[in-house]
Amino acid sequence: MTTLEVEIWRGAEEGRYETYEVPSQPSQTVLDLVTYVQRKLDPSLAYRFACRVGVCGSCAMTVNGTPRWTCRTHVQKVATQGRVRIAPLRNLTVVKDLATDMAPFFDKVQEARGRFIPSDAAAKSVAEVPPEEPKRKEADAGIECIGCGVCHAACDVVRWLPEYLGPAALNRAWTLVNDARDGDRIGHLRAIAEDAGCHACHAHQSCAEHCPVGINPTRSISGLKRLVLMAAIRGRL
Amino acid sequence: MRRHASYRAFLVHRLSGVALALFLPVHLVVLGLALEAAALDGFLNWSAQPLVKAAETILVVLLALHLFGGLRLLAIELLPWSDRQKDWIGWAAAAALTVGAGFVVRSFI
Amino acid sequence: MKRPELWLYVAQRGSALVLAPLVLLHLGVILYAVAGGLSAAEILGRTRTSWIWPATYGLFVVAAAIHAAIGLRVVLREWTSWRDSSLDIATVGFGLTLLLLGFRAVQAIA
Repeated sequence: MTTLEVEIWRGAEEGRYETYEVPSQPSQTVLDLVTYVQRKLDPSLAYRFACRVGVCGSCAMTVNGTPRWTCRTHVQKVATQGRVRIAPLRNLTVVKDLATDMAPFFDKVQEARGRFIPSDAAAKSVAEVPPEEPKRKEADAGIECIGCGVCHAACDVVRWLPEYLGPAALNRAWTLVNDARDGDRIGHLRAIAEDAGCHACHAHQSCAEHCPVGINPTRSISGLKRLVLMAAIRGRL
Repeated sequence: MRRHASYRAFLVHRLSGVALALFLPVHLVVLGLALEAAALDGFLNWSAQPLVKAAETILVVLLALHLFGGLRLLAIELLPWSDRQKDWIGWAAAAALTVGAGFVVRSFI
Repeated sequence: MKRPELWLYVAQRGSALVLAPLVLLHLGVILYAVAGGLSAAEILGRTRTSWIWPATYGLFVVAAAIHAAIGLRVVLREWTSWRDSSLDIATVGFGLTLLLLGFRAVQAIA
């Protein structure tokens, strides 16, 4: 049986790569490699996963320099000459080995006021939101985000300006300002117009390149930039 | 992570922008020489050397890259989203190189 | 002012909108004028025909000074650890220098 050389980050912010030999299997995923190492070679390896089928978004890691869902990444696709290097997600603090502290990432969603604020009308009755309505379409395009942090890790503006709200939080805000049932449009815009808000984006589009569910946060952020610009010029912020 | 067209477009835009910003004071000082036409002519004669001409060509291309790349960014940020924005990178680069080629050709007329 | 970074962004994109047609014009003039070599007499013969030339270049200088100063500040904030108010002072200084040199140049060709 052929084996793979799997380099895995061990430690916290300070640490090193350790190499493990893992038997190669057909249709093996990167998460399978990590699980093999933890179960058979070193039970002290820390990593995070739950569903194993691309639903929960908790197994995102850096695979050969690229942020990915490890459960949906076939080894065959990423291994170069039988080697795979697995690191924790970038732009987050490492707790241990492959597990990062995701709290600052989720905090940014709140900071961007990325939560539904029902309007009075929406609270009293069921709103009709036709599927073909343009705003509904915009919201739909960004709604499938499950908060895995891949875009956040891929974003260089987050890297260079750590307080930047980031693609996931801003995309969430964009779905809300397009939600007819939301009652605090201007509140959302105020939150994302703060100093580390949507205007810090440089449209690198690494978020869109890496999003495992095909969302384009750059598109959402561009939409927010226009809304914030109009609101700022009209003195509504 | 950075191996995709729009990231490269960003780098070109940023680096050309920094280069132009640093060149701008020099450019303005030289134009200020026009207060004494003789001094400006002295400089213009110096700048007719092939090496300086080559540097000028690079500056023209950088300016054109920054202009056309910047128009693309303004379109992304100010106009409704278009999935064709990736194609605009190629068009912007082609337009900038055309301007550069035009400058070289016209320099020899 | 509240939200200084947002307003800097507005000024950056606003100046870009002003610069875009001016740079296009500038490139056109460069391509036109470079043929046959440049001379002070030729440049001044063009710019001194009408007040429109100095006025256009004056607007060009103002927009470029704003655009370049804000742009450099963004780059330095992101690519260096220079983040405090001394960076704001330095980049405002850079913008003012461009204005000064620019107006001197406009005066020279007017």
